Amino acid sequence: MASSKNDVRHYTGFFPITVLCLVILYAPLLVVTIYSLNDSNSITNWEGISFRWYVDVFTGPESDKFKTAAWNSFTIALMASVMATTIATLAATAMVRGGSFRGRGLSLGLISLPLMVPEIVTAVATLIFFSMIDFTRGYLTILVAHTAFCIPFAYLPISARMQGIDDNFEQAAMDLYASKRQAFTKILLPLMAPGIVSGLLLAFIVSLDDFIITNFVKGAGVETLPTAIFGSVKQGIKPNIMAISTMLLGFSIVLVTISFLISKSDNTK
Amino acid sequence: MAAGASSGGSAKSDTYAEARNWLLLPSWIVIGIFVLIPVILMLIYSFLTKEFRGGVIWEFSLAAYDQFFFDRGLFGDSPPVIEWTYINIFWRSIWQAGLATLLSLAIGFPTAYFIATRPEKIRPAWVFLITIPYWVNLLIRTVSMKFLLRDQGPLNDFLLSIGVISDPIHIVNTNFAVQLGLFYSYLPFMVLPIYASVERYNFALSEAAADLYATKWVTLRRVLLPAVKPGVIAGCILVFVPSLGSFLAPDLLGGARNFMIGSLIEEQFKGNAGNWPFGAAASMILLSMVLVILMIFARQQAKANKGDA
Repeated sequence: MASSKNDVRHYTGFFPITVLCLVILYAPLLVVTIYSLNDSNSITNWEGISFRWYVDVFTGPESDKFKTAAWNSFTIALMASVMATTIATLAATAMVRGGSFRGRGLSLGLISLPLMVPEIVTAVATLIFFSMIDFTRGYLTILVAHTAFCIPFAYLPISARMQGIDDNFEQAAMDLYASKRQAFTKILLPLMAPGIVSGLLLAFIVSLDDFIITNFVKGAGVETLPTAIFGSVKQGIKPNIMAISTMLLGFSIVLVTISFLISKSDNTK
Repeated sequence: MAAGASSGGSAKSDTYAEARNWLLLPSWIVIGIFVLIPVILMLIYSFLTKEFRGGVIWEFSLAAYDQFFFDRGLFGDSPPVIEWTYINIFWRSIWQAGLATLLSLAIGFPTAYFIATRPEKIRPAWVFLITIPYWVNLLIRTVSMKFLLRDQGPLNDFLLSIGVISDPIHIVNTNFAVQLGLFYSYLPFMVLPIYASVERYNFALSEAAADLYATKWVTLRRVLLPAVKPGVIAGCILVFVPSLGSFLAPDLLGGARNFMIGSLIEEQFKGNAGNWPFGAAASMILLSMVLVILMIFARQQAKANKGDA
């Protein structure tokens, strides 16, 4: 294929637009990362590089608030993603290895429901639900809500992976007198590992990312990082917020990169 | 939504057929109780009477929907006229989400096309590059956007310093800022489906068109675009639908004058001024709009798939 102007695939202008697209996507993140290193009390003037705002996040006047919020965010994300991934793995096994059955479409609809209902609607509905059953809003309500909406995000990579695995492996094991349970735990699950790990990571990030639903179901006094940051930003963007943001965005990028590398190593096999 | 399409057909194994109800039970319970039942409850709440400190009184009432569509004067006894306030907020949301979708299409299509025509080995890396920002916390991305675009922000500083402008341009608190924020929030949803369609596109068709003296742009419009249309439609819907109910971009980048549905709903559940039945009704109207769009889309996809076979 010639890469000349005569190539039918080549459209002049598409490459610059792609570059523009990348600039728009990355410029805000890059700018915040750079300004988080600004040694100034104002966010406007540049006064040289320092890590003082990173230090401030951990030791400054607001550090307790952020530490608690970070603890809540990470523990909720961890538990919610583990539960969602477990539930999604079981569901995927039924959907992909359960033959065709009545209610399959309905089950798929139910699993993808959190993706179809707008987030703000889920948030309102969940708030109404907890208020009606008179359940005190707080840590537990956030955890439950996160587990529910993380399921489809874990389900997608897991079911995709399972569809790619030939069931001959399990059949062979069962021909050699392995029970179904053994075929599942000894053959299918290990083969599923890359899909399960990426499902887990995606669910973790989605939980960590959530603002709207958390904001509705959190109740007074319990904050996660996004709600704490939002509350702070309402009074104006401060340098310590940029330091927290930079740490959090770095963390997300590392996790997604790991997820990408896992899925990639898997495809080249 | 993508889930439905991808795990639909394919040759099925039934190794665990007997256990499938047990395997599905946890997901039925968790999503059923914590998503489905709440949505049904919300529908019920939208037909109840409001309690003044937030919450409801269990008495059937159409007041929420009535308040949404009609104005009956200060004391509620004037003849009803159409109340435009909320309809306008919905209309503005549709308009904003629509413009954000067009912006995403204008930038996303060439990007997706460009990526799909790279050598096969490096395509995943390009896709990854486009999707990374999506996985960064939405709140942080929106705050970063606001920081960049502020009147005294780095973008204005830069433009002032190179002399392109002499006064800072106001972007924050405009409609355009909201569109930019929405574009930034959901761009990968536009790029990925278009990329998938272009990747499957048979370029021999373009070559044939070129052999018959079609110019490149004619080929793009008359040959390529019709072939990748399903991907384009999917991308537009995947950007439009979440944009419609978004909260962060309009709230942080739009300010009070650029109110959208999300903020209207949020307001009903915060503090004492809230009106839960009204918020539930507004949510129901939003949900119905989204479900109608998704149903039309699903029907169209089904038709397109049948056409392929």
